[in-house]
Amino acid sequence: MPPLLQIGGLSKRFGAVVVADAISLDVPAGQALGIIGPNGAGKTTLFAMIAGAVAPDAGRVVFDGADITALPPERRCRLGVARSFQIPRPFGGLSVFENLMVAAEFGRAEKSANPARDCVDILDQCGLADLANRRAGALTLLQRKRLELARALASKPKLLLLDEVAGGLTEDECVALVALVKSIHATGVAIVWIEHIVHALLSAVERLVALHAGSIIADGIPRDVIADARVAEIYMGIPADA
Amino acid sequence: MEWANSILQGVLTGGLYALFAAGLSLIFGVMRLVNIAHGDLIVLAAYLALVVTQTLGVDPLTSLALVAPGMALIGYGLQRFLLNHTLGDDLLPPLLVTFGLSVIVQNGLLEVFTADSRRLQAGGLETAAWPVMPGLSVGALPALQFAVAVAVVGGLQLLFYKTAIGRAFRAVSDDAETAELVGLDNRHVFALAMALSLAIVAIAGVFLAVRANFDPSIGPARLIFGFEAVIIGGLGNLWGTLAGGIILGVAQAVGAKIDPGWQLLAGHIAFLAVLAFRPEGLFPRVRH
Repeated sequence: MPPLLQIGGLSKRFGAVVVADAISLDVPAGQALGIIGPNGAGKTTLFAMIAGAVAPDAGRVVFDGADITALPPERRCRLGVARSFQIPRPFGGLSVFENLMVAAEFGRAEKSANPARDCVDILDQCGLADLANRRAGALTLLQRKRLELARALASKPKLLLLDEVAGGLTEDECVALVALVKSIHATGVAIVWIEHIVHALLSAVERLVALHAGSIIADGIPRDVIADARVAEIYMGIPADA
Repeated sequence: MEWANSILQGVLTGGLYALFAAGLSLIFGVMRLVNIAHGDLIVLAAYLALVVTQTLGVDPLTSLALVAPGMALIGYGLQRFLLNHTLGDDLLPPLLVTFGLSVIVQNGLLEVFTADSRRLQAGGLETAAWPVMPGLSVGALPALQFAVAVAVVGGLQLLFYKTAIGRAFRAVSDDAETAELVGLDNRHVFALAMALSLAIVAIAGVFLAVRANFDPSIGPARLIFGFEAVIIGGLGNLWGTLAGGIILGVAQAVGAKIDPGWQLLAGHIAFLAVLAFRPEGLFPRVRH
């Protein structure tokens, strides 16, 4: 079976700054992949190119066997790519439930027989059932992050792109959110997760990629990647000869 | 009693102004587009109704069965192929383009229909009236017009808060970029909003044309009335828009009662007073 997501030679530069330098990466269906890298390594831009918000200068993105490089974001969403933002962007004037309904009604390849039922189930799963009728603009940070995940799930994705969902949370909140991500992964959704809070990431992913200056510098099982001398030097600031 | 009658007629006229305003308010709410051609499109709808009534021999209200879908189609095409390209962070390009559209529609109508003023005949509906008490009567046409305005505003409210497309309108209004990421095709959603706006314009146009004479040049004044109703009521609040229309209608009626020359002036003064003392409108939508 071909990988769910195939990225081939993806390049992007903003002026003189290279944020993606011929990145190639395959993600099999159902895998949980973590991405680490210092600020400015090109992690978020990589997500933007996969989700369709930013067009690459070169290279291609193949999803579920189809070349989606030229597709607009809404078409990619309907094929099964969902993205959650580092800073949550709920539809503030809509209720929590309505936020999910929009994704369930418009973001799926096939119409659900009962989108409202699906959304109630997802709210339950994400611990938001009590807040269903709350205006999304009035939520706390943790609630917004949960909503960001719940809304992404409502479009029934095959691939979930998580951008620093653990950032800004307390230790307890972080543990609860990681448990939620794991439960989503357990349903068979492939996850690509960018995260600076490495211990949260390591508790949930089975593969780790380190990105630096738009290139992949290490890729493998998390333990090996963390132990890699270049990763230690670039990411953790430990000299290679220490 | 004469005063009560003036105020009552003003309230009912306010329904027409609310119809002018509802479509304007809708597209501003969904895509921050200020449509300068709105008034001219109302007049265009009136001429379409004129053609339909003359060709098919139907009455003006029945002609809406063709004019409303026709205007909706024009709206969809206009948004999809022209106005979508003007949208962005800058409010100026859509203003300029719809201003140009206004000039084109006016002159196009002038070319085809000449400057002669026209009127739609609604078979006695214009003159029918129910006496409420001596000196106070309700015209059938203004009453119908008001009832339709309430129905349109109520219908829009239901659509916005109870249906999938309404949620889509509100989602793209909140954050168009994120809306794309959850599967909404913004260009299509915007085009649907304009289609809906122009369907309402069709209703407004037919009532305008039955109520009074019209010619190709009267669009901009309808745009002003629509704007004033929206601002008085408060942006983004549809029931507020209806209230704004009523306040404008009553102000004009009271002005006309004092001196016939004061009709329009009184409406503008009411509008300016609201702008001066409550610039957010009387019933702004509560946010955050």
